[in-house]
Amino acid sequence: MLRFDQVSKRYPSGFEALNQVSFTLETGAMAFLTGHSGAGKSTLLKLVALIERATSGQIFVDGQNLARTHSWQIPYLRRKIGIIFQNHRLLFDRTVFDNVALPLVIAGHPHNEVGRRVRAALDKVGLLNKERLYPITLSGGEQQRVGIARAVVNKPGLLLADEPTGNLDPDLSREIMGLFDQFNQVGVTVLVASHDLELIRALDHPVITLEQGRLRQVRDSLAS
Amino acid sequence: MKKPTRTQGAQRRPPPGWGWIRGWLLRHAQTALSSLGRLYRAPAASLMTAAVIGIALALPAGLYLLVDNLRDLGQRWDGSASLSLFLQQDLPEARARQLAETLRGWPEIGTVQLISPEAALAEFRALSGFGDALDALGDNPLPAVLTVRPAISQVEAEQIGQLQDKLAALPEVEQAQLDLQWVQRFAAMLQIAQRGILLVGGLLALAVLLIVGNTIRLDIFNRREEIEVSKLIGATNAFIRRPFLYSGLWYGLLGAVLAWVLVMLAFWQLRGPVRQLAGLYQSEFALATFGLGTSFALLLLGILLGLAGSWLAVGRHLSAIQPR
Repeated sequence: MLRFDQVSKRYPSGFEALNQVSFTLETGAMAFLTGHSGAGKSTLLKLVALIERATSGQIFVDGQNLARTHSWQIPYLRRKIGIIFQNHRLLFDRTVFDNVALPLVIAGHPHNEVGRRVRAALDKVGLLNKERLYPITLSGGEQQRVGIARAVVNKPGLLLADEPTGNLDPDLSREIMGLFDQFNQVGVTVLVASHDLELIRALDHPVITLEQGRLRQVRDSLAS
Repeated sequence: MKKPTRTQGAQRRPPPGWGWIRGWLLRHAQTALSSLGRLYRAPAASLMTAAVIGIALALPAGLYLLVDNLRDLGQRWDGSASLSLFLQQDLPEARARQLAETLRGWPEIGTVQLISPEAALAEFRALSGFGDALDALGDNPLPAVLTVRPAISQVEAEQIGQLQDKLAALPEVEQAQLDLQWVQRFAAMLQIAQRGILLVGGLLALAVLLIVGNTIRLDIFNRREEIEVSKLIGATNAFIRRPFLYSGLWYGLLGAVLAWVLVMLAFWQLRGPVRQLAGLYQSEFALATFGLGTSFALLLLGILLGLAGSWLAVGRHLSAIQPR
């Protein structure tokens, strides 16, 4: 599903965020991406969603070579990827339902299908009764779950999460990680960037560790 | 209604077909309505923008209508170009009638109307309000006048000029005056006025473009987060552009409607005095306002300017907003 081949990223400022990173994430697998802040976790995720482009090396998402992906193709690539942000990036001027519906509206799904799928996604994250509320009235954990519902509503094959539990207490964090585990069990490929090692230890998944832009180790025999 | 096939997620774009076209139209209708709703939710700001556009459009539209009316007036006189032959003061009326009869026989002449000195005096007395002064004169100072209208074939200015010379050479005629000259001058002046309106109109159209562009630009910056998030979850540029273009369209349309109403109100105010003035000239002339065609053209112009303005803003600023 996701393959990095000798990928480097140097920002225009000269900062080298990633250096010769190679790994493979098989379809249906789940892995954690860890390392200190500034190690390149966010940059790696940005490269996958083509928010940034790699300076050298090749990245394949679902067999698609990102280096050969034109900018007009980027929206269609992103529809295949669900992205979850640390600060969830919900739109506060619309309801929970409308936030979760946005990817479907963007992809042009018919109206009745949008309603059905939004409720299914909200049901999965346990927020079915809050669809009419505005995000501002929800707790931090609930807001993050709305963000997850928005990421999965389009049934993406690949789920990326950037520090999804960064602002949450340990109980809520476990709950959120449990959700990712559930999605993985129904076949979604999941890559979660997190520096919460305690949380990662509790779950039995491969761990990719970055250090100053280099791949330091891949624990638990990530097939490659 | 159930669709026969369901597309698999957003992995593929559905093939073009009736269902796809219907979906496309539906999406546009939804965007158009939600853009209108957005304007409605900030009525003061929207009305202010629309009013500025309305005033900017009303000025050239009103002037255009005014000149159109004047040109219409000029054309009415143009078609009835006539020559007034002032006959010798002491010419007996019988000779005048004889001359009129002769002229009617000329091929280049259409109709000839004789106005006797008495009739001319009566008309002058009635219209000028100098009745008392004329009474004091005692004698009728007015000569007999023949109003000559050229034949239909003789409408070219040159031909009429030749006819004028020929008539002026007649011994009975004191003076042959062509009533067309001032109409021609009037037409020339109108042409200058039209040029001026085109210039003013062009500048004001540019102003409308900038007003809409700036309004949309602010709107884009206010919705920056929404644009970034939408791009992150797979929105195409067209999808993001659409609501802003519709906003521009609505601003233009609202402005044009406002301009229409303003011009109509102004002309309604002018209608009474103009009828009075026309009455003094014994004319049936009444101010013409927007017809169906010109109304439609004004609305279309508003829409196009609104769209163009928002297109400028969207083209300049949307690409600058990239998700971080």
